[in-house]
Amino acid sequence: MTTIADRIAGRPFAEAADAIAREPVAAPAVAATAVSPPAGSERELRLDLFRGLALWLIFIDHLPPNFLTWFTIRNYGFSDATEIFIFISGYTAAFVYGRAMLDSGVVVATARILRRVWQIYVAHVFLFTIFLAEISYVATSFENPLYTEEMGIMDFLKQPDVIIVQALLLRFRPVNMDVLPLYIVLMLFLPGILWLMKWRADVTLGLSVLLYALTWHYDWYLSAYPNGFWAFNPFAWQLLFVFGAWCALGGARRMSRILSSPITLWICFVYLFAAFCVTLTWYYPQLNHLMPRRLEQWMYPINKTDLDVLRFAHFLALAAITVRFLPKDWPGLKSRWLRPLILCGQHSLEIFCLGVFLAFAGHFVLAEIAGGARLHFIISISGILIMCGMAWVISWYKHVADKSASRAKGTGGNADMAGGG
Amino acid sequence: MKSKSGTILRLTLLAGLLIAGPVRAEDAPQSCEVPAYLLTSESRLPKVAEAIKNGRSLDILVVGSRSSTINTSDGSAYPSRLQAMLLDQLPGVPVNVSVELQAKKTSEEVAAGLAKLVEAKKPTLVIWQTGTVDAMRSIDPDDFRSAVDEGVVALQKGGADVVLMNLQYSPRTETMISAAPYLDNMRVVAQQHEIPLFDRFAIMRHWNDTGDFNLFSTSHGIGLAKRVHDCLGRALSSFVIDLARLNPAQQN
Repeated sequence: MTTIADRIAGRPFAEAADAIAREPVAAPAVAATAVSPPAGSERELRLDLFRGLALWLIFIDHLPPNFLTWFTIRNYGFSDATEIFIFISGYTAAFVYGRAMLDSGVVVATARILRRVWQIYVAHVFLFTIFLAEISYVATSFENPLYTEEMGIMDFLKQPDVIIVQALLLRFRPVNMDVLPLYIVLMLFLPGILWLMKWRADVTLGLSVLLYALTWHYDWYLSAYPNGFWAFNPFAWQLLFVFGAWCALGGARRMSRILSSPITLWICFVYLFAAFCVTLTWYYPQLNHLMPRRLEQWMYPINKTDLDVLRFAHFLALAAITVRFLPKDWPGLKSRWLRPLILCGQHSLEIFCLGVFLAFAGHFVLAEIAGGARLHFIISISGILIMCGMAWVISWYKHVADKSASRAKGTGGNADMAGGG
Repeated sequence: MKSKSGTILRLTLLAGLLIAGPVRAEDAPQSCEVPAYLLTSESRLPKVAEAIKNGRSLDILVVGSRSSTINTSDGSAYPSRLQAMLLDQLPGVPVNVSVELQAKKTSEEVAAGLAKLVEAKKPTLVIWQTGTVDAMRSIDPDDFRSAVDEGVVALQKGGADVVLMNLQYSPRTETMISAAPYLDNMRVVAQQHEIPLFDRFAIMRHWNDTGDFNLFSTSHGIGLAKRVHDCLGRALSSFVIDLARLNPAQQN
């Protein structure tokens, strides 16, 4: 069964990859560098699937807590959808632009990455505009004496000039809009990362770990406006991104030995179970007395800003188990039921932005009509449906546009098409 | 212009209402029960228990920011309600609740003055409501934690029992104020010092979820604030009584 996604993404990409594989002459550096194309050049649907899932979960987590929130993974362990999203973004970005770097050289690949950065930046500014409209409305219409203090947060609206400039500098960010600035910064450094990886992948990963460790040790952070810091510290979160890139450029294959060992499997299971037990005590404070105090004092707080080691380990365990039990060629990946998820994952930037917007809109509707659980549920579900519909439309459009483009001037792998890192 | 956008909004909402069917009525019968697990704590209030046992007066000092008051009516904010309910439930015990308002100050700024405050007032119990200003200014959570920690140490050194009270649940500002790190860190400090944390955030969210209060309300009136503070005072009084009384170590 050929699907839209296969048709639009699989083809040109796979062809380009095959071309490289077949003709080492075309890229003499290939054999010598550490960058090796991942086994099999077909699109990795598992990545799309889980990125799509991450996008759904991020959307649900951005809405106020409701029934569906119980299905998001942050309730069952330390890590959440953000980790999945950043890791897969690193993976696909390295996959797509790493190939571009081999294919057309460092300069062209860098230019393409920068174009992508620009797109994400524009998306961020667009979302900020919507946010500004929403809170301005709240500020002018909401005057509950119970929240006099909290409404003080709106004071910044008195200086729109400063706020807008700071937002353009990525220093002023509303609460749920922290992922894109992180993504922008990470992508900005992608050319350097890829260039280093081309030289020595393992050394690059080592440097990334070092930066992570130094960040923790010296407490490095990026400041935000009007005060505070970036909610996702890029110095720490780069670890996941670089790790994703490392996996994409052959690391995953080299790790397959470790991944398939039963010992790894058991460690992962035990860790995930332990994390699950700990999270239970957050939601059922009655259980709190079962927690060893020593453990509590050592473990808390689990720092999301700086990507706590516990969170990172939790993500690794989840990923290891997923890779183990969900083979690449699992027929379910082609099933119609998972198609919406995969489509969303393939257009992550657009769907992510749409998700943020829908979460704002959802908040707004809930606030305006005192939403009960039922309305809340309807909002969540319709949000997801809208995301799927949009993903489908984008796929369709890209397919059509692509067809006419290729008719016009032959093929040429378009990086953005591949979900674009 | 405002009215025009208002009309559009209203129309949009009307459409939303039609799709969503009937929603909960605005004035549900008023009750504000708090599930037991939100009012339990392993920690105790030995000084309070002692004062009550020895027939001394129970002097409570509330240190808090703006959300410990209601604009124009101080008699109906939760500290006064706490006093009224304690007087009610502890007949014969003189209860004084005083409020030390530290508007717009971060925990660090408040903590610096706590030692002096306790020395001057000699309270039996200090209820320290904090976190809101820090969350609004996005103070580094680590700095916030050490500030709260410092404050708690100062209060305990001054010879008072301490209860921490966290942020209000404020759904309207959820997209602008990130409460989670501050809630977490206050819980951590409470655990480390084995002092009770009055989880105002969870309690108010519970009321909102169960429909006891509609905290999304845009009403400009003071009624809702009064009722919420009344309920907070009630919950707080039973919290204090429970934690002070259920301590066998202090009864001998």
